[in-house]
Amino acid sequence: MIVKLGEAIVLAIGAAAIIFISYWLGQQSYSWMPPEATLEAQKVDGLFSFLVMLGSIIFLGVLGTILHSLIFCRAKKGDFSEGHPVRSDTLLEILWTGIPTVLVLWIAIQSIHIYALLDIQGVPEVAHAAMGMKAAYAAAPAPPVKTVEVTVQQWAWIFHYPEQDVTSAELHLPVNQRVRLAMRSKDVLHGFYIPAFRLKQDIVPGTEFDLVFSPTLEGKYRLQDSQLSGTYFSLMQADVFVESPQAYQQWLDNAAQNPTPPVDLSVAEAAQPPQLLGRRWGENHSPNHLQTAHSLPLLP
Amino acid sequence: MTDSALLHPPQSWRQYFSFSTDHKVIGVQYMVTSFTFFLIGGLLAMLIRAELLTPQLNLVSRELYNGLFTMHGTVMIFLWTIPTFVGLGNYLVPLMIGAKDMAFPVLNAIAFWILPVAGTLLLSSFFLPEGSAKSGWWSYPPLSTQLSSTQGLVNGQSLWILAMVMIGISSIMAAVNFVTTIFWMRSPGMTLFRMPIFVWTTLSAQLMQLIFLPSLTGALLLLLFDLDFGTHFFQPAEGGTPVLYQHLFWFYSHPAVYIWALPAWGVFSEVIPAFTRNPLFGYRSVAIATFSFVPITGVVWVHHMFAGATPGWMRTLFMFTTELVAVPTGIKVFAWTATIWKSKIHLDSAFLFAVGGVVMFVLAGITGVMLGALPFDLHVNNTYFIVGHFHYVVFNTIVMAYFAAIYYWFPKITGRMCSEGWGKLHFGLTFLGATLNFFPMFPLGLQGMLRRVSSYDPQYADWNMVSSLGAFLLGVSTLPFLVNVIVSCFEGPIAKDNPWHATGLEWQTSSPPPKENFDSIPTVTEPPYSYGDARYCVQDPTSRY
Repeated sequence: MIVKLGEAIVLAIGAAAIIFISYWLGQQSYSWMPPEATLEAQKVDGLFSFLVMLGSIIFLGVLGTILHSLIFCRAKKGDFSEGHPVRSDTLLEILWTGIPTVLVLWIAIQSIHIYALLDIQGVPEVAHAAMGMKAAYAAAPAPPVKTVEVTVQQWAWIFHYPEQDVTSAELHLPVNQRVRLAMRSKDVLHGFYIPAFRLKQDIVPGTEFDLVFSPTLEGKYRLQDSQLSGTYFSLMQADVFVESPQAYQQWLDNAAQNPTPPVDLSVAEAAQPPQLLGRRWGENHSPNHLQTAHSLPLLP
Repeated sequence: MTDSALLHPPQSWRQYFSFSTDHKVIGVQYMVTSFTFFLIGGLLAMLIRAELLTPQLNLVSRELYNGLFTMHGTVMIFLWTIPTFVGLGNYLVPLMIGAKDMAFPVLNAIAFWILPVAGTLLLSSFFLPEGSAKSGWWSYPPLSTQLSSTQGLVNGQSLWILAMVMIGISSIMAAVNFVTTIFWMRSPGMTLFRMPIFVWTTLSAQLMQLIFLPSLTGALLLLLFDLDFGTHFFQPAEGGTPVLYQHLFWFYSHPAVYIWALPAWGVFSEVIPAFTRNPLFGYRSVAIATFSFVPITGVVWVHHMFAGATPGWMRTLFMFTTELVAVPTGIKVFAWTATIWKSKIHLDSAFLFAVGGVVMFVLAGITGVMLGALPFDLHVNNTYFIVGHFHYVVFNTIVMAYFAAIYYWFPKITGRMCSEGWGKLHFGLTFLGATLNFFPMFPLGLQGMLRRVSSYDPQYADWNMVSSLGAFLLGVSTLPFLVNVIVSCFEGPIAKDNPWHATGLEWQTSSPPPKENFDSIPTVTEPPYSYGDARYCVQDPTSRY
């Protein structure tokens, strides 16, 4: 591949532009994400920004090369002679095998590093949960402070604060404190996901799944079910409040005195199914669901 | 059968509705049948996008919505993407390797005829009182085995499983046939490293079917027992383990992604050299990279379960293997780019689709590497970011490659040329529609919009509207294609044997090829993609470009 001087200058300018744009996109990428409401979120966003920058260099590089050829390397009408006789270039092929290998290994190592950081702060200890061993929290450097029991079922999220024996349909968490969620599903697969927390964990029935993290930003967030759980999957949402310790304590005291029972999220819609295409499909089993749903059992 | 029937291409359309054992007839049967399913799957997708046009639920019930995306995924994967490339391979592979037919012609015909039966069975489940399967194309238990009290043995989910098992049997038959044909029926001089990359990709993909498909078939049969006969293989309440199903499912269904994608990359590797007049750059490393997918993709399946019940050590191990997939993928992309570089480009429709597919595939690959990075995956897993990523693979890469293949080989298959003008219109609408449809899914996923929801938070409304309008445009974009191929079949200008002056044995026989492909079995004396050879380095004033 012969490259002339003028062309080399154009290529160099192009490469510089691509690197500049890629760096800029990497910086922009933070704004494409939801707010960062946990320590973990900041680390995930940093990794994403790095991946956006790297990916942009490759995408723009390939795109630029192809566009350049599409514009400047057109055959004359009816000319089917050969473009260039180069069939291969060992050095080039070694480079474009070797460099991506190094890059993706680097990405993997970076990711492990970040995953380990999450783990120290205690993201998913599913390793132990899934394998039937009890979580080895003794090994964790700092003890998790607070445990909230999360029960999920068709069609409710139920939060239980064991110390105060408070049960709630909302998840309240104190800011800047590590919290452990002990999650169980009563029926099918569900998933715990709050976009602003950047954390996701499937909850497989029959096993307890732990999720440990530190909320850092006060505010109201939305918990969503991230694993298809059936008809009312889209309604499987709950409010999450990250509050100052005082506000949190106040809420707990209030909730202990005026308990708010968990709600069946499907009730309104199941009682009055909207007149839509395919309504017939639900006719036979809706009453069934309602029955179980109305008698939502409180925690055992 | 008379001599003339042996020597001449199909004369009557009736032959395409018969139990023909001619690989070319079967190839066309596969492609037309699967394209019909593609149109059905596309209509389901447009219904889904119509529901998602606005945040509220206002078109279909939630049950029907769950059925729509389940059937959309299933139809597009098992009745369109896999069989259409089985069809293309059926038509091309014997021609490309200089064989008279596939190794087992009757098996070939049986494998095809299972397909319309299974597809009809699957789609008929829409008419059951409680509708089709509704648990997604993964059909994860225990949701997939949750039946209402009124559902009997014949329910949407059980029909879904039966159809899947039938299609699996068909796929295994096709795979046995392809692998045998490619290994044993090459013409003299057609060594492995003289095979066109399309043959390499078909060989690799079909070997993967043989190795990995039994895992899915086994899992589905156990699921059927759980569903209809009260066993507890995957029922946690009775000591079963739903996670085992996930492993068995993805043990096939991850390699499956490459079973779909490899032939598409094979198409790029044929079309790009023909329209740039360059030999495929680094042919040997592309062939080896192609084959390397067979072992590599066998050890990455757990990345579909990063957010599932997967221990930490397994998450990190599979992150390494997953990221390594980028290496052979990169080799291919760089090889195509280098082939285009400093070439003599002819901008025919086939090339436009190929180069458009390559560019969008780079975006698919980059988002794939991102998803492989475990901490980031935990955020976007099961969101629209994933949906965007794999539609950049399945539509923006694979379907684009399919259209490139049709425009490229249409003259060979039908003996007539397609209209270039309609082809370009088709390309423009498809590229624009696909980008509008699938790009918005990335920002939606980053913002946390989950896949499979039938209603969503109003904060996601704008990008969803763009995506839905793109989907409708994509639906419209198939119209010029249909007009083009149907009219060109009957009215198109007669094609020469080698209208693109392309290398490859398929271009050395007549258009369409005679019954047994070649007047005499060709002998191969040169490497593939010899675009420097005097036979191909010609001036052709009749060409449009």
